[in-house]
Amino acid sequence: MTSPPDPFDQIRERISGYILSESTFRGEISFAVGAESIVECCSLLKNTLGFTYLVDVTVVDYLTVKFPRYEVVYLLHRFGENYEENLRIRLKVALEQDDPAIDSVTPVWSGANWLEREAYDMFGITFRGHPDPRRILMPEDYDQFPLRKDFDVRDRESSKRSFERALDEGLE
Amino acid sequence: MGVSSGPLLGGDGFLTTKISAVANWGRKNSLWPMAFGTACCAIEMMGAFSSRFDIARFGAETVRFSPRQADLMIVSGTITYKMASVCRRIYEQMPEPKWVIAMGSCTCGGGPFDSYAVVQGIDEFLPVDVYVGGCPPRPEALIDAVMKIQKKIDNEGPPIV
Repeated sequence: MTSPPDPFDQIRERISGYILSESTFRGEISFAVGAESIVECCSLLKNTLGFTYLVDVTVVDYLTVKFPRYEVVYLLHRFGENYEENLRIRLKVALEQDDPAIDSVTPVWSGANWLEREAYDMFGITFRGHPDPRRILMPEDYDQFPLRKDFDVRDRESSKRSFERALDEGLE
Repeated sequence: MGVSSGPLLGGDGFLTTKISAVANWGRKNSLWPMAFGTACCAIEMMGAFSSRFDIARFGAETVRFSPRQADLMIVSGTITYKMASVCRRIYEQMPEPKWVIAMGSCTCGGGPFDSYAVVQGIDEFLPVDVYVGGCPPRPEALIDAVMKIQKKIDNEGPPIV
C-alpha cells in the first residue's frame, strides 16, 4: 500500500528556485524566501499553484534574539473542495535592521494593501511599490513604530503630541 | 419656593420661586444624552436605555447622536488618543449647559490598557462630572450616575446662560 502523494511535493518542486530553507512545525510548512524574489515567488504561487488567498502579512522583530532582526511573514491559503485539499503555507523573509524594505505584493493580491500598511504602521517595514503607503491605525503624524521590541509600550508622548496637533487643526 | 396668600395681594394664593429653580428642575428631568459609545460599555449603556432598566423613568431616554441636541455626554468605552480629539470636538459642539459621565474603568483611568494608544482617563481632556467604575458597570450604576447628575443640576444656582 502506497501512501497518498504529499500535496506539498508539487509546490516544493515548482518554487524550489526561490526557497532558501524549509521548516515544519506541527504539520505547518514554512519556506524561507529571499527578499529580492518575493514578488516572483508569490505570483507563481498564486497564478500557477492556486494560492489565491493571502491570509495575513505580518512581521516578527527578533531584536537581539536573532540576526537579521526582522522577518516578514506571509500566510497563504489554497482552497480545495475537500478538507484535505485546503492547504496553508507560510513564507518568511528576513530583513536587515537598517532601513528594512521589501517589494510590495499588492500587485499580486490586492488584499495585501491594508495588511502591508499595518505592517508598516507597527514595525516600520517599507513596502516598495505600495500604491498607498500611509499608516493605517496610528495617527498619520505619529513618529514611532509601536510593535518594535525596542519601543516602550507605555510611552504615550508621541500619541499625546498627535492628539494635540489634531485638536489644533480641528478647532481652527 | 413658597406659597403666599397675604391680604396685601387681595387674599388670593400664589406661588413664588426663582427662575433658576424652575429651569434646573426642567433640565434635570429632561437630560438628553449624547451616547459616545466606543466599546463594550456601550452595550451596557444600551441595556440601561432599553425597556428592562428603562432610563426613561429618569427623563433621560432621548438619546441624540447629534451633539447639538444633547446636554449629557455619556462616554462609554475605551478612548484612544486618536479618538480623543473627536470626543473633545463633539463635547465642544454640545450647547451649554452640559454634563459628562465617564462610564467604565477605561474612561475613568484607562482600565487594563496601560498602552501607548489609550488615554489614561478622559479627564485628561474633558471635564468629567460623574465617574462610574466597573468593567462594564451594571445599568443600575449608570442610572445612579444619571441621578447624581440630577442632584448636581438641582444644586446649581443661577446664572442661567
